[in-house]
Amino acid sequence: MIRRLAIGTAAIAAIAGPGFAQDAMDVTLGVLNDRSGTYADLSGEGSVIAARMAVEDFGAEEKGLNVEILSADHQNKPDVGSNIARQWYDQEGVDAILDVPTSSVALAVADITAQNNGVFLNSGAGSTELTRGQCQPTTVHWTYDTAALAKGTGQAVTQAGGDQWFFLTADYAFGHSLEENTARVVEEAGGEVVSTVRHPFPATDFSSFLLQAQGSGANVIGLANAGGDTVNAIKQASEFGITQSGISLAALLMFISDVHALGTETAQGLQLTEAFYWDQNDETREWSARFEEQHGAKPTMVHAGVYSATMHYLRAVEATGSTEGEEVVAQMKQTEFDDPLFGEGHVRADGRVIHDMYLFEVKSPDASEGEWDLYEQRAVIPGEEAFLPMIDECDFSQQAG
Amino acid sequence: MATTETISNAAPAARSAGMPTLHKAIFAVLLLVLVALPFLVYPVFAMKVMCFALFAAAFNLLLGFGGLLSFGHAAYFGGASYVAAHAAKVWGFTPELAVLTGTAAAAVLGLAIGFLAIRRQGIYFAMVTLAFAQMVFFFALQAEFTGGEDGIQSVPRGDLFGLISLQNNLVLYFFVLAITFGGILLIYRIIHSPFGQVLKAIRENEPRAVSLGYHVNRYKLMVFVLSATLAGLAGATKSQVFQLASLTDVHWSMSGEVVLMTLLGGMGTIFGPLVGATVIVTMQNYLATLGAWVTIIQGIIFVISVLLFREGIVGVISRWLRRPL
Repeated sequence: MIRRLAIGTAAIAAIAGPGFAQDAMDVTLGVLNDRSGTYADLSGEGSVIAARMAVEDFGAEEKGLNVEILSADHQNKPDVGSNIARQWYDQEGVDAILDVPTSSVALAVADITAQNNGVFLNSGAGSTELTRGQCQPTTVHWTYDTAALAKGTGQAVTQAGGDQWFFLTADYAFGHSLEENTARVVEEAGGEVVSTVRHPFPATDFSSFLLQAQGSGANVIGLANAGGDTVNAIKQASEFGITQSGISLAALLMFISDVHALGTETAQGLQLTEAFYWDQNDETREWSARFEEQHGAKPTMVHAGVYSATMHYLRAVEATGSTEGEEVVAQMKQTEFDDPLFGEGHVRADGRVIHDMYLFEVKSPDASEGEWDLYEQRAVIPGEEAFLPMIDECDFSQQAG
Repeated sequence: MATTETISNAAPAARSAGMPTLHKAIFAVLLLVLVALPFLVYPVFAMKVMCFALFAAAFNLLLGFGGLLSFGHAAYFGGASYVAAHAAKVWGFTPELAVLTGTAAAAVLGLAIGFLAIRRQGIYFAMVTLAFAQMVFFFALQAEFTGGEDGIQSVPRGDLFGLISLQNNLVLYFFVLAITFGGILLIYRIIHSPFGQVLKAIRENEPRAVSLGYHVNRYKLMVFVLSATLAGLAGATKSQVFQLASLTDVHWSMSGEVVLMTLLGGMGTIFGPLVGATVIVTMQNYLATLGAWVTIIQGIIFVISVLLFREGIVGVISRWLRRPL
């Protein structure tokens, strides 16, 4: 059956396409993410489902691509992740690695991918280093990065009147850079940083920091932290009645899975930036419903990014008839995409994917009509503004030419 | 009584006959297996197992033979891996020099922490080592050169002695094999030296060792530093294999993992830590596709081993054979 299909597609390809596929071409994708720890909900099995849906929707089989999907848990440890990545490239014939949350693992995988001339389609990690300091010609960074989140939240919240900022920052490099990026954006937009407080990482008790914030005269508390710290801070802010007292909370790194876990009662009024929300238009709703059927939860923007990245990758593989990393990525950068999930976008020469970002506000329990009816869209941040400009060292279009 | 007998019996035996035939045979088989291994399994995975085996063996030197339970061995393992990675990447050291620098850093760190920690015993000793290890963790998290939570990435695989390129996994494998096998033989030698015999005496009955005129604290410090140094050797080697150093290596859970490896394999045995490390690392690697099940299975195995064979895998085999392994 498969063979017959392959012969059929080969005939079509010979007439229509630039591909010279004589037989079904094998493409192996590896979804490498956290399947047991903090990021399991926002990436995990959902990313595997998203990749599989992309392969089906692309119609890979009919187009003569024999796609296989592997998955593994990197446990958020760079050594485990890099071991798996090496093994996939060396022994399993993997052509592209997908997702990879946790920036330390992502940077390791980016390096290994370049060495092996594979393709790294990142959706889960937020480090801007992937397309700046440690950029590679084989890296494509989908969905979001910390600078885009800072830009979206910082600018839109300030313009909407939240111009007196108080930063609650996790005291390590990630928190510092998140705070720094956001503060710059806030000041550019005409806002002011009233005060900053650093909390130890990880922290459980935020009460004194929150009281300090309340007394500082700020009208926005920027949470420059992540994961459990953000969730704890939001919970305690809710207990202190911070949002009710007219101060809004702005999370600088948060996902719908976190908001869903917190519930609208606790998280209401929280402002955050995401690249995707399931309830944006008919296409996102249709796709998300199919996703939910298989996964049991609505997709996060990371899942959507994996889907969109896989689609664009497969298109490039079909067009070039190759799975050589640099060649495929160059092709991905040449063609723009119009995606049911991300809308129009393109891959910039440094591997950064440019698409619109959105500022959302979490609904109040009264306004929310269902378990997943969580966000109200507040602003659209155009792709060209959302992401950091390209640096020259990472402009691979010139080096390739 | 029993302890003094074993000590007085074992010491002359070790001195007169050198290594017992059984141990010689096991080491020979081990070496043969290790030489063939990269052709059977993925070399990078095999190198990881060897690094952890050396780490566990170094830890066992302190716990199994010195009777000191440290909960902070990740500090030396991870500290050395950071220093070695930095040396290779920023200072441009050749791999063997980078590994040596990392190891030396671990020795200095071990000396400083050990000097303070050995003044306390039992749970207090464990807590002091844990506290210092947490300080090292926060240092790694905050310091500039460690790259925070990103770690030190893309460490070059340089040329060994400036001559032999380590780009090839197989070449690197034999470099790592030489280091770890050498390290483990060194540990074996330490255990069976007069120094090792005194250590065992201190472990079994410290007041008696004092009354025999031994400077107990000096011995404890020495074994602490040796253990930290060898753990550092393992960590430094690992950073060259994976071309990165990260917070995972200095995190307290790494200290816990090495305790698990040692207990599972057999505390106070020579080959136990190697078996324990192999089992744990293999599980983490091959069960990676099962996701959350890895930690659950690891927990179940630990519970079973505590309930059913408290001496660990090699400990049980050793009891069957009635020979120390």
